[in-house]
Amino acid sequence: MSLTTSRKPPGAGRPQTLAEKILSQKAGRPVKPGELVVVEVDHAMTIDSIVPTVIARLEYLGKDPFDPRRVSLVFDHVAPPANVNVANAQKQGREWARRTGVNFFEVGRGVCHQVLVEEGIAKPGMLIVGSDSHSTTYGALAAFGTGMGATDIALAIATGKTWLKVPESVKVVMKGRPRPGVSAKDAALEMVGRLGADGATYMAVEIYLEDGAEEAFGLSERMTLANLTMEAGAKAGLVVPSGEILERYPVPEWLYPDPNARYAKTLEIDLTELTPRLSVPFYVDNVHPAAAYAGTEVDFVFIGTCTNGRIEDLRAAAEVLKGKRIADGVRMLVVPASSEVLKQAMAEGVLQTLIEAGATIGTPGCGPCMGRHLGVAADGERVVSTANRNFRGRMGAASAEVYLASPRTAALAALTGRIPGEEENP
Amino acid sequence: MTARVWKFGDDINTDDILPGKYAPFMVGEDRFHTFAFAHLRPEFAREVKPGDLLVFGKNAGLGSSREYAPEALKKLGIRATIAKSYARIFFRNLVNLGIVPFVSEEVVDALADGDEARLDLEAGRLYRGNEVFTLTPPPAFLLEALKAGSMLEYVKRHGRFPAE
Ligand code: SF4
Repeated sequence: MSLTTSRKPPGAGRPQTLAEKILSQKAGRPVKPGELVVVEVDHAMTIDSIVPTVIARLEYLGKDPFDPRRVSLVFDHVAPPANVNVANAQKQGREWARRTGVNFFEVGRGVCHQVLVEEGIAKPGMLIVGSDSHSTTYGALAAFGTGMGATDIALAIATGKTWLKVPESVKVVMKGRPRPGVSAKDAALEMVGRLGADGATYMAVEIYLEDGAEEAFGLSERMTLANLTMEAGAKAGLVVPSGEILERYPVPEWLYPDPNARYAKTLEIDLTELTPRLSVPFYVDNVHPAAAYAGTEVDFVFIGTCTNGRIEDLRAAAEVLKGKRIADGVRMLVVPASSEVLKQAMAEGVLQTLIEAGATIGTPGCGPCMGRHLGVAADGERVVSTANRNFRGRMGAASAEVYLASPRTAALAALTGRIPGEEENP
Repeated sequence: MTARVWKFGDDINTDDILPGKYAPFMVGEDRFHTFAFAHLRPEFAREVKPGDLLVFGKNAGLGSSREYAPEALKKLGIRATIAKSYARIFFRNLVNLGIVPFVSEEVVDALADGDEARLDLEAGRLYRGNEVFTLTPPPAFLLEALKAGSMLEYVKRHGRFPAE
């Protein structure tokens, strides 16, 4: 495999985007946007709710994993299991993992994307396919992560390969340091709002952090950015390596876009001007200043998910809630993205602060993000969530309204029972 | 035999096609398809007939990668869709399962919900009354897979992807 070497993609003459660089590396020849290519996959990931279908497809193909070390199974979506069907599906997955020797992460370990990063499975320059659409998250460390369905994942597990159309890329430049109280989530929502829900369909989004943004946004914040590129339809969301990524990972020398690489379009976001954002039901790209909804009453606040369930996010919430109580009539659920986050939050006293403020804590994993268990929303309820989707019915009742926001905005909403205005949320 | 056209708008997401709470492992493998479009058009799963044609606006099937959304459609007998454009995972899932994903702004605009039409899948022709519409077939790589039944069938049969 190519990761241990730092050789240049063969024959690279034409300036290439980051996405083209990675796919050229995997294909073993320079590739161009629009080409359909069959490429080596470095890692294939699947989850509790999809694994029964993956197993069924593998059985149909009569295949075991091509290389079990390059496969992970994470139980996170409906974990712990909400009913007997799910429990049986997990039992089946668990047995398959034991038999085949693939990497296996039990109920409570955390959200798949968080786990693959924490475990060091995801590395810069890799091609990772996951049976979850937010597999774009690996782009935080400049891995080409892309979501696929169960059959695609089964084919990747069976053959060690997949087919892809080489994407064009959209360039997103984020400049400067955000003001206090403004986070990567606000920048990510602004990006999706401006690109639109299909603004990057079939394309890769390549995020350049400049003029201080590369220091302001570490691994956690980059995961938030790469995660949300999916909501603009992106095939992959790659953050150009800099800052914390260079400290944490060996980054191959070829893993940068060429200076004259061709982009389908460019979007610039001045982080110094940005204010807290809110994505308003029922579309993620329906993004507005949070202040425009100031005073809107809230029933339920959810902090967690692969978007914003990390220690940095829990800290931001704890900072708002330290020594205070959430408003009467509001319930607040915090679901750490992983067992590591949970431990860290416990060690730092963050958990104590949140529980004293009136929050309840869920098992690390997806929580109610996709409306199946552990605290779904009732009819007509208004939810402020740190997740990445607010489609109708996404978090439970079809008439529940989900507003997507940063952990800080969500914590402020829990504190006052209303969406915060400018004065509370600078 | 004519089929009914079921026409949907732009940005129909996979939660619209099959809400997460009706996933196979939530309600059972034998039942999940009966909840297709449960929130958006509750009558759909009851009234749809095998061979009926699904027509979408732009960005069809955005959102979650859940394959059981198109699988529910396949179980209900859908063999082809026409959209102005598709979200990429949904498009892949259609090919993998063997539902032919046609793309045509013009044909989508011309069709109305409830139209009676006849699709000649092989020829890529759609007939409505005396009108004939031409549909461009998917790229050769995908067509090879679809001719084998689906991408899954192709790899099962050949042990590799098309053009490999
Ligand atoms: S936390 Fe939500 S968005 Fe993330 S993987 Fe889980 S269900 Fe998907």
